Amino acid sequence: MSRQMTGAKMVVQALKDQGVDVIFGYPGGAVLPIYDEIFQQNDIRHILVRHEQGAVHMAEGYARSTGKPGVVLVTSGPGATNAVTGLTDALMDSIPLVVLAGQVPTFMIGTDGFQEADTVGITRPCTKHNWLVKDTDRLAETLHQAFHVATRGRPGPVLIDIPKDVQFATGAYTGPREAGVSHYQPRVKGDTAAITALVEMMEKAERPLFYTGGGVINSGPAASQLLRELADATGIPVTSTLMGLGAYPASGKGWIGMLGMHGLYEANLAMHDCDLMVNIGARFDDRITGRIADFSPHSKKVHIDIDPSSINKVIHVDIGIVGDVAHVLEDLVNIWKARGRKVNKEGLTRWWGKIDGWRARKCLTYRQSDKVIKPQYALERLEALTRGRDRYITTEVGQHQMWAAQFLRFDEPNRWMTSGGLGTMGYGLPASIGVQVAHPDALVINVAGEASWLMNMQEMGTAMQFRAPVKQFILNNERMGMVRQWQQLLHGERYSHSWSESLPDFVKLAEAFGCKGIRCSDPAKLDAAIEEMLAHDGPVIFDCLVEKHENCFPMIPSGKPHNEMLLGDADTEGAIGAKGAVLV
Amino acid sequence: MSALNIKKGSTSHSAYDLRDPNAQVIESHTLAVLVDNEAGVLARVIGLFSGRGYNIDSLTVAEVDHKGHRSRITVVTRGTPAVIEQIKAQLGRLVPVHDVHDLTVEGPSVERELALFKVAGTGERRIESLRLAEIFRASVVDSTLESFVFELTGTPDKIDAFADLMRPLGLADVARTGVAALSRGA
Repeated sequence: MSRQMTGAKMVVQALKDQGVDVIFGYPGGAVLPIYDEIFQQNDIRHILVRHEQGAVHMAEGYARSTGKPGVVLVTSGPGATNAVTGLTDALMDSIPLVVLAGQVPTFMIGTDGFQEADTVGITRPCTKHNWLVKDTDRLAETLHQAFHVATRGRPGPVLIDIPKDVQFATGAYTGPREAGVSHYQPRVKGDTAAITALVEMMEKAERPLFYTGGGVINSGPAASQLLRELADATGIPVTSTLMGLGAYPASGKGWIGMLGMHGLYEANLAMHDCDLMVNIGARFDDRITGRIADFSPHSKKVHIDIDPSSINKVIHVDIGIVGDVAHVLEDLVNIWKARGRKVNKEGLTRWWGKIDGWRARKCLTYRQSDKVIKPQYALERLEALTRGRDRYITTEVGQHQMWAAQFLRFDEPNRWMTSGGLGTMGYGLPASIGVQVAHPDALVINVAGEASWLMNMQEMGTAMQFRAPVKQFILNNERMGMVRQWQQLLHGERYSHSWSESLPDFVKLAEAFGCKGIRCSDPAKLDAAIEEMLAHDGPVIFDCLVEKHENCFPMIPSGKPHNEMLLGDADTEGAIGAKGAVLV
Repeated sequence: MSALNIKKGSTSHSAYDLRDPNAQVIESHTLAVLVDNEAGVLARVIGLFSGRGYNIDSLTVAEVDHKGHRSRITVVTRGTPAVIEQIKAQLGRLVPVHDVHDLTVEGPSVERELALFKVAGTGERRIESLRLAEIFRASVVDSTLESFVFELTGTPDKIDAFADLMRPLGLADVARTGVAALSRGA
């Protein structure tokens, strides 16, 4: 049954009907009618951000830690353009978001009105889909369709541009059930013949490997559970991309660590030497493959992905299975069991022997110091002092992000929020707030670098206002560490603009925001300082002064294959040629 | 594949796609994309091609089902077999796209294009242009004492050939619609 109401009221009603409990936003002229409706209700909590980019990253943190779509409300023009980085980030990492943007009234569109921008034009390439709603009667249907599109198939961000006159006008509201069935129904069930062919390959393989990605987490808790069951029952080793950490537990017996450019030696060599690679919800990103021509040269490759365009995009595979990870894994487990739970036991024993040999290289070893805090040591201590707690980690982008991925251990999905595809500096602080809003009692830590953190530090104001006790653990090397590392390795140690001359005093900055600041530069005092951070009931900015010139290893230089890893500074001499320098 | 003596890329009469996925040979494919005729849908399709670096040799679009608001976009594109497959997959995941048909591999199809040619000239050249137009079954849709406008329908090759013949006879302007294509049979 349809009810008459204003467009602005429809927005709030549709959000309620979709089960939305919180939105992240910033008001402005073109969304005032919607804000007026928000003012007159108590079901939906509104988190007022300090910059629209922060709102989108918060919604991403919310979405990734809950599995539910994050919702953002911004005004026209600059409100919408400020959201673009977050939208692109969410698109690259397949995060479901519904972004609502105000627009100038329909009769002013195209006149270069105040705060007018071609929002659907600008956001077309950085959303999964977007809509400009010109008729209030179509608004409700579009809102429900937006949630459908954002969450079905490969998740992603969507945007609805709502002109101000459409918000004021009255139209017919339809609920989610009456809104009509969308033709957008991506396939979730994998092809049984292909899955059976994969099982046959798994039964015979001497050196099989599960290469898992963010798709396992996006598929929901059942997918992670099935992955655990399958890996543990077959004894096949599991590696994961940056995006997939936590889907298979770091404490699991099949876990061989993260792979990729800064992945573990054993994981990358296993990728290179395996004879059966089963890609589950990953996308052969260039950070993973290294040089394509030498990528895992001896393996049969199988790719499970809900997005048909991911299959054969970068790496040609022997079997492509289009479907949702949980559905495909369920069939896979059942077929494998029904065929008698066969594996190549001898082959697997030899394979694990080889992996253990690589593990013995202890690729994460670093030179400890009692004078200065090594960033790796800081993360080892953070890991040790938070073990056993239900802990959510966000990160910024750079060296600290890679060290966090290497040294922190994740036993559950949805506990690790990082900007993987786009590599957005400034992601971690707002994302941590979004996670904390979704999980008010959980321990939420943003592992940050000082340069990234400064990019969205205004959001500390949001954390204070909404009492989000997020812990900002800043590994401060006074450098843009990853840029500096590449300049050292690739650009003749010419450190062009990769350090900050006048960093703020982070402890005083904390005081200015009204939260707690802690500084630590002594390895001997680090444990006590971390304990102090964890014990504080409120937001903390932790300025951890670390070794300034530490490099992040292992490293596969751009354009090199997996078996040409650099394990430490001693390996770097002449390791990267001019061809590699062209790549990013 | 070579043993079977099948020309690379020629699968239009085979039930199986026998093309080598790693082949570097550039193929031309005609794709029919059925979309919801909603605002911005063409920009979305074109943006996909430009954003991902694919080629468009020809593009036509019009609403073919007014009741259902469906449009048919016919794209002629070029690329290696892997790129063509990727283009189809990328098109297929756009939300307003209902169907993507690769007419080049899905069986025999017909392709037609309509073109208008303005040919200016007098005397023998004018008579010759008219004679050639008859051979090509082009019709005269406008005439002055110094010019003709010919309308020609055919495959892109035929239209190219006609343009080549008209050039020395005073070809002043050409307008082409781009390719429209349908699969043969029911």
